[in-house]
Amino acid sequence: MDFLTTFPSMGRADLAALRRGIDAGFRDFSREWGEAIEAFFHPLLRFLVWFDNLLVNTPWPIILGAIGVLVWAGSRSWLMTLGSVAAFFLIGYFGMWHDTMSTLAIISVATILCVAIGIPLGILMARSNRAQSTITPVLDVMQTIPSFVYLIPVVMLLGIGRVPGLIAVCIYALPPIVRLTNLGIRLVDRDVLEAATAFGASNWQKLWGVQVPLALPNIFAGINQTIMMALAMVVIASMIGVQGLGVPVLRAISNQYLALGIMNGLAIVALAIIFDRVSQRYGQRLQAHRKGQGQ
Amino acid sequence: MSDAKISIRNLYKIFGKSPDSVLALVREGLSKEDLLAHHDHVLGINDVSLDIQPHGLQVIMGLSGSGKSTLIRHINRLIDPTAGEILIDGEDVLRMSERQLRDLRRFRTSMVFQKFGLLPHRRILQNVAYGLQVQGRSETDSTRAARHWIARVGLDGYENHYPAQLSGGMQQRVGLARALATDADILLMDEAFSALDPLIRTEMQGILLELQQELHKTIVFITHDLDEALRLGDNIAILRDGAVVQQGSAQQIVLRPADAYIHDFVKDINRGRVIRLGSLVEGDAPEGPVLPHDTLLEDALLHLSDAPGQRVAVSDRTGRIVGGVDLKSAIRAIHA
Ligand SMILES: Nc1ncnc2c1ncn2[C@@H]1O[C@H](COP(=O)(O)OP(=O)(O)OP(=O)(O)O)[C@@H](O)[C@H]1O
Ligand SMILES: [Mg+2]
Repeated sequence: MDFLTTFPSMGRADLAALRRGIDAGFRDFSREWGEAIEAFFHPLLRFLVWFDNLLVNTPWPIILGAIGVLVWAGSRSWLMTLGSVAAFFLIGYFGMWHDTMSTLAIISVATILCVAIGIPLGILMARSNRAQSTITPVLDVMQTIPSFVYLIPVVMLLGIGRVPGLIAVCIYALPPIVRLTNLGIRLVDRDVLEAATAFGASNWQKLWGVQVPLALPNIFAGINQTIMMALAMVVIASMIGVQGLGVPVLRAISNQYLALGIMNGLAIVALAIIFDRVSQRYGQRLQAHRKGQGQ
Repeated sequence: MSDAKISIRNLYKIFGKSPDSVLALVREGLSKEDLLAHHDHVLGINDVSLDIQPHGLQVIMGLSGSGKSTLIRHINRLIDPTAGEILIDGEDVLRMSERQLRDLRRFRTSMVFQKFGLLPHRRILQNVAYGLQVQGRSETDSTRAARHWIARVGLDGYENHYPAQLSGGMQQRVGLARALATDADILLMDEAFSALDPLIRTEMQGILLELQQELHKTIVFITHDLDEALRLGDNIAILRDGAVVQQGSAQQIVLRPADAYIHDFVKDINRGRVIRLGSLVEGDAPEGPVLPHDTLLEDALLHLSDAPGQRVAVSDRTGRIVGGVDLKSAIRAIHA
């Protein structure tokens, strides 16, 4: 009855050989291509560094002012504007300004990257059922696989640093924008689309004149989700060399610094709340015409 | 007739997995029910041939599911047929390339929809200008034209509203203005007024008739409402299960319904407002009052009862007297 109680697994030696084989293969691949891939991502690194420096080196009153203006432009709410500026002021007052600016930089760049890749991908999925059925399982994997697992090959390829961190954040944060762009376009009223066709609109005219504008509220919900997920990755990304609020949190974990952990954790929460509320408000304002308000 | 504006020849449309495989059976006369029950295909259009004259208003009527929407969508090829021909100005729509088809839709046909189909994110002005923008006309050009048509349908002052801010009747005026703005000479209207309440519907019919007097478009108008059909249509075609069961003028259909289905359709209408004197002429003309042949019976009754011998003379289009009609036969025609 041995057969039933021990699972018929591959021999220990064979398994070890297989793993070694894969590892060696990937190591060779990264030796061969590592530099080329790094060169490919170099412009991204330059942009990230530039943006980080910009935020860190700009005098803080200007940054506070800019935050106020952006929040106002997004939400049109005085309460939210004042609240956000106050939150940032407190963050700075408690000595977290520098790290917060770094986090802001990587979140912004990650979001821009996700939007630039995710929206076209979502459009592609909406236009072709085949693309949808190929991309959906990939997104599922991206969202469910533990981040540490894909950190390994990323680090093997690119080493420790900001770009691998950025890639890790993007892998995690990309799916919602893709899914919601696809969904938004697929949900566009068929009657409206038929009307556009009947007036002779080309596919291009239909996409940009009807489908994308009508999908915008959903696309915005996707961007909102993407930002939230990018923020959630801040601590993990700091494990592989990304500057920002995640670094002190990591330090706090390993040294049991309670106050340090809580303060930086709250700063991340504050960023999340501000991003979330402002982008939601903006999304709602985009929809005003549907309910017959706005004018 | 070769001078038809739109000519539909032996059109078939079968919905389902492999329409071509069952087409032969349908041609041999397989019914819609049997096709669905035994072959799992839906018969949308069954051997329809229809010539639509230029500058006329062709009504297509039928109950829900009779294939009206399917038929009208073949004219600008929003739906591809299983078999048959569609000619517009003698040109085969089915042979058109993607590009030619787009141009057909941009410049030669325009459409009004039952559910309006307005773009909810654009203001009224931009909605009406939509067809022109798709054509590639300049911003100033299309805005000017849009303002003109907004005024023509009586929506001055609403240019900057969004569709959701307007009532159904107003939204459909926008739909009509959008369709007229492109200057296409074929106007396809799929139950354009069916979603409106009766009063607004009558008002919209009035607007359409008034505009048509001046524009002389070729209009294909779909409705399931007989009163609407009789009021608007120069020519009426009645569909059942995807096939044309009768076509002709309102009067022809009311006086000589082709079968029980159509008889049912027309039995409740006010025949006095459809039948005209000319169709009842019998025997010699009496002395006394003369009425033109196209007088509606409803309007003729009073004259008939006042006339000596309750009989009037009837003149044709040129004014020549062609015979007489008496009150009794008029009343009998109304209450048949
Ligand atoms: N895409 C489709 N797939 C399958 N069957 C269809 C499709 N479109 C229409 N049909 C069928 O074709 C027939 C005609 O439909 P159509 O919509 O043309 O009717 P209609 O006369 O416009 O009805 P209504 O007054 O309800 O609008 C119906 O039996 C319908 O079920
Ligand atoms: Mg219909």
